[in-house]
Amino acid sequence: MPEILLPIGPQHPALKEPVNFKIVVDGETIVRLDLDISYNHRGIEKAAEQRDFVRVVPLLARVCGICSHSHTTAFVKGIEEAMQLEVPARAQYIRTIVAELERMHSHLLWLGVAAHEIGFNTLFMWTWRDREIIQDMLEETTGNRVIYGVNEVGGVRCDLTLDLIRASFEHLQKLEDRITQYVGMVKNDETLHMRFSGVGKLSKADALKYGTVGPTARASGVDYDIRKDDSYLAYDEMPWKVVTDTHGDVFGRTLVRIGEMQESLTIVRFCLENLPEGPIAVKAPKTAPPAEVLSRYEAPRGELVHFIRTNNTDRVERLDIRTPTLANWTAVAVSLVNQNIADIPVIVAAIDPCLSCTSRITLLNGRNKKTSLMTWDELRSYSGEYYRRKRCA
Amino acid sequence: MMDAFQLAVYILLFPGFLFLVLYAFFFKFLDRKITARMQNRVGPPLLQPFADFVKMLAKEVINPKGVDRQALDVAPLLALAAVMTAYLYVPIIGESPLAFQGDLVVVLYLLTLPTIILFIIGWLSRNVFATIGGVRAVTQMFIYEVPFFLALITPALMAGSWSISDIIAWQQQNTWFAVLQPIGFIVALIGLQAKLERVPFDIPEAETEIVAGPWTELTGRRLALMQLSMNITLVTGSALVAAVFLGGPMTPWTIAPDWLSASIGFLLFLAKTFAILLILISITVASGRIRIDQLNDIGWKYLASAAFIQMGIVIMMNYLWVGA
Repeated sequence: MPEILLPIGPQHPALKEPVNFKIVVDGETIVRLDLDISYNHRGIEKAAEQRDFVRVVPLLARVCGICSHSHTTAFVKGIEEAMQLEVPARAQYIRTIVAELERMHSHLLWLGVAAHEIGFNTLFMWTWRDREIIQDMLEETTGNRVIYGVNEVGGVRCDLTLDLIRASFEHLQKLEDRITQYVGMVKNDETLHMRFSGVGKLSKADALKYGTVGPTARASGVDYDIRKDDSYLAYDEMPWKVVTDTHGDVFGRTLVRIGEMQESLTIVRFCLENLPEGPIAVKAPKTAPPAEVLSRYEAPRGELVHFIRTNNTDRVERLDIRTPTLANWTAVAVSLVNQNIADIPVIVAAIDPCLSCTSRITLLNGRNKKTSLMTWDELRSYSGEYYRRKRCA
Repeated sequence: MMDAFQLAVYILLFPGFLFLVLYAFFFKFLDRKITARMQNRVGPPLLQPFADFVKMLAKEVINPKGVDRQALDVAPLLALAAVMTAYLYVPIIGESPLAFQGDLVVVLYLLTLPTIILFIIGWLSRNVFATIGGVRAVTQMFIYEVPFFLALITPALMAGSWSISDIIAWQQQNTWFAVLQPIGFIVALIGLQAKLERVPFDIPEAETEIVAGPWTELTGRRLALMQLSMNITLVTGSALVAAVFLGGPMTPWTIAPDWLSASIGFLLFLAKTFAILLILISITVASGRIRIDQLNDIGWKYLASAAFIQMGIVIMMNYLWVGA
């Protein structure tokens, strides 16, 4: 058959956020593809440089709705390191609890999305229903369902009372029952097996070569988890293990995420049982001494990196966010070649893409309907120009 | 025989087209509601499918650049006409007045048309998603249609007639073909599921892969009519399987007044189509979509073989008992 160009995105039912694949197919097989990310420039890094540390934290919670805790924790962790601040143990435990709850609800959400990509809507509806248990827990604890606003520089903003802890154990029991059922479903369901096994293969060598992170890397047998390798919060004080798998395909990534949910349950239980007494925050100084910090954090999707440079003021001089999705895109593009068209959504979904990073933007000229790309340098000089004009005005 | 007036009432009002369209909407409602409840959702209200239909009739028809408008207008009507005609030959209350020797083959043929029309729509749409979806639809048809035909023809072999009414009469005297030919019954149900393009066989219109397949460029009344014809295919297909395998609307023993017998038969027809719908929904809810290459393997390796085995068994039985 002749080769056909199949455009997937920027608007497509399988994609929740804009990204564009120009896929050349021969019949039902993918020959090669061109990946175009960055349809959405939000200017969050620049905005973060404009406000003080107290006001940056709520801003960073809005980088991504699903991992709002990840971004704020990565940031406050870095700032606390720059300030050389000793954070109370109770605060670290509460941050760990929220982080692991977030990981569980993110993985449940992912399982639903992956099932939806193969048309298995029952699993989709069920996982999203059970995700509500976690969101209820988060609401009871923090007052919010999505953007929890738990973190502040120097500690956390809300404490766990005894009643809350008791209620949490009940919720966790319910959650464990449901997760156990999903483990069974994933391992035994025939259609899931048919669509996940052997799809989007990524060998261990390739996973390392293309710099994958998170469950994508761990499903290819790479033992890489920031929580273990560069331990932070309270992770080195409790027993838990890094879940890896050797399948290297979408099925392996599912098993890793399912296993991580079970590990998260253990971690949350341990934290709730061994919650240290004491204050939940220390008073942080207004300014941070000059420092450069690379703050690494294991978000649900993989390694999240915040590069922070401070300069003795109450603002960051530079904040650079490298999200796990950006690290995983190359691996997606590589593992799509020679696969079936039908497997595109599920392979793309397997890294749990969260498109909140940018390097270029597409310009659309309304008059002659032409599109053009802006390179990184052009975008930088344009943004400099834009803000200079804005300041003068 | 009926006179012309009765025949017109039969075809146009009850149990003909008017009833058919209403029943198709109700069937769609049941389908969506039960699926939703199984998935722990609320589901649509009773009149939702009808409201959808009316709304879409009122919507603008969008013509993509360079399409053949008339052909795209006619295609959904053709599909609708085909499945509505097929319905007339399936017994609903007593015998169909249009029944003749060989109507089984005509019904099977007419039920195949919507798929072919979907392929044509995909081709006419001049859209890459629609084209791929159309090619997938026709590929899938070649896979499931053979086992489906074999499974539905095997009861005809046993009953010794190509007429649906005769097959029902045979079952009235003996027993249901679902009991005598369980393999064929299962193959027919799976084939019906594939014909209706429901999960796990919704490969041609896989939403997350190719947007809506051949349906991508259908808008307004074209979309409304095409969806209506798929709903009617659901009713006609269930009615056909109910007639051939579950004894259709015939009561197992004679009931004194004719009208009572007919109404009990009609209720039986409703119950049996509902039972088949329940099975189809269960398959939908319990599975994800398979790939076209996997369907090819399953269809030819297992479904076709199973249908052939069933047919072989029936031929052997005919030879041993009837032939001797």
